[in-house]
Amino acid sequence: MEEKTLQVKGLNVCIKTEKGTLRPVNDVSFDVPKGSIVGIVGESGCGKSMTARAVMGLVRSPGRITGGSVLLDGLELTGLPERKLRKLRGAELSMIFQEPMTSLDPVMQVGRQVEETIRLHTACSHEEAKARTLEAFREVEIPEAEERYNCYPHQLSGGLRQRVLIAMASVCRPKLLIADEPTTALDVTVEAQILKLLERLRDAGTSVLIISHNLGVIARVCDYVYVMYAGRIVEQAATDVIFDRPRHPYTRGLFRSVASLREGRGTLDTIPGVVPNLLRLPAGCSFSLRCGFCRPDCGTCVPELMETGPGHKVRCFLAEKEGT
Amino acid sequence: MSDVLLEARELTKNFTAGGKKLIHAVSGVSLQIREGETLGLVGESGCGKSTLGRLLIRTLRPDSGVVLLRGHNISSMTEREFRPLRKELQLVFQDPYASLDPRMTVRDLIAEPIETWHLCRNREAVTSRVGELLHAVGLPEELLYRYPHQFSGGQRQRIGIARAVAAEPSFIVCDEPVSALDVSVQNQILNLLKELKGSRNLTILFISHDLSVVRYLSERVCVMFLGKICEIGPTEEVYRHPRHPYTRFLLDAVPVPDPGERGKEIKLLKGEPPSPADPPSGCRFRTRCPFATEQCALEEPSLRDIGGVFAACHHAAASIC
Repeated sequence: MEEKTLQVKGLNVCIKTEKGTLRPVNDVSFDVPKGSIVGIVGESGCGKSMTARAVMGLVRSPGRITGGSVLLDGLELTGLPERKLRKLRGAELSMIFQEPMTSLDPVMQVGRQVEETIRLHTACSHEEAKARTLEAFREVEIPEAEERYNCYPHQLSGGLRQRVLIAMASVCRPKLLIADEPTTALDVTVEAQILKLLERLRDAGTSVLIISHNLGVIARVCDYVYVMYAGRIVEQAATDVIFDRPRHPYTRGLFRSVASLREGRGTLDTIPGVVPNLLRLPAGCSFSLRCGFCRPDCGTCVPELMETGPGHKVRCFLAEKEGT
Repeated sequence: MSDVLLEARELTKNFTAGGKKLIHAVSGVSLQIREGETLGLVGESGCGKSTLGRLLIRTLRPDSGVVLLRGHNISSMTEREFRPLRKELQLVFQDPYASLDPRMTVRDLIAEPIETWHLCRNREAVTSRVGELLHAVGLPEELLYRYPHQFSGGQRQRIGIARAVAAEPSFIVCDEPVSALDVSVQNQILNLLKELKGSRNLTILFISHDLSVVRYLSERVCVMFLGKICEIGPTEEVYRHPRHPYTRFLLDAVPVPDPGERGKEIKLLKGEPPSPADPPSGCRFRTRCPFATEQCALEEPSLRDIGGVFAACHHAAASIC
């Protein structure tokens, strides 16, 4: 059996609000095998970012992890005291965010910020830490690393800031890097560079979990994909399998939307309606309101994830086994 | 060939930032937009595409150069002379959350331009006109007295579009109208724009950083880099056979939603984008261009016709694949 860097089982996150309890992460299970890039894809509000935060132990009140387990290389992370989690974050698992400007301290030189991470997790001198920072800068291909070391975040472009964040997140050689929409705020030519960088990190031994709404990004770098909709995983498969034979009506709709836009002429395919409000989810399948294949029982009970082929699971009553 | 609706001649706009620093947002841009045409405008952030859009509809005034609407110079007009023409030139914004007044009902939001231009005789006529517009953008009329916060992003963008077409303009600038929306909703809005364009004979400048979106809607496409046009021509021709090296990099960089394409080696641009405060001499793309020669640093390339597509590159003819 292949080694797993991250194993998430039955993860639940609840947010209590005046209007009721939201479940942005509802019984979510997934794995990130060692040395691979795994993607979670979905539209805004589907719970993908909350899943990432829950893995990092960064769910803020009124949100709460109400169940499930998160195993990082065999170590259970849920229920760990904050003090221990802090030791792990940045060293064993780290995260980069969509908007690099808001994750950097605006009044501290970027080199110092990376150095801080190193000195927090390893006992070393200022000089050593600086040398390692510069090395990390070169690794993520920041040009003129020495000069950039003394820059403040506002003096750098969006692409450079994201590189600084990746340097910071990878400098301690974590087992897992979570990238939450790492390229959404960036231009396409910069995006291509950043994706390349994530692949290099993977090759250097860090497993990567990418959260994205962009199917192009997922197709380019991920080995395995999970599709989320309204807090649940609705389909999972190896990347080439899911792009070749999507089974869930939502995944199909999503892929067809993107494909029809690429092909261009005539009227574009769409998914009717909008993503449902998490407070007013239908009793059965969350996609039933927008689904063209909806049957009476779809509205009353939630389908289980069913295996339709090797490594391919679908949460739909109508998904057939492959070859039948 | 149909008539030219809007023409820009040598438009230049600079902004000052932090004291003396001059940001060259748009530098000497000339283009023509024909009646009933959709022109796509693509480029990366900071290339001046939004500024150009705003110059064309006179929400910004150029430092030099002129904009002609059906041959009339709207840049030299006084506010008073221009006012009757304002109705012709409208804008759809990127962020449907920020561009609608949260305290106005949908009816009032869409009625505002109708009332401003006295397009209807009385209140009832305005309301029924608003109803028609709602219907035209695919929203049920029952929603007339709701507020923006009660709508989803896609629905809000429909309201924004209804507002823009309410004054019956001949030209609208759509500035990244779908980039704040989810994929499945994005297509609904693109379908709507295409439909409205046909039914209302709209001329559209469609600004986007998303190349596939532009390809779908536009007959012609214009690629900008650092305040200048580097390539302009028929969409399919530009996408299939880009003349300018920058266009080629841009098209290559877009991640394709097909894992089969993974093996393909992606050519990466070298270095960092140059600053618009201090653009390189000669060709502005030369610091990142693998084909750059000495000539590129000395001499600024002008747009020239290369088989039906205009490109500003000294080596364009040689580098066509």
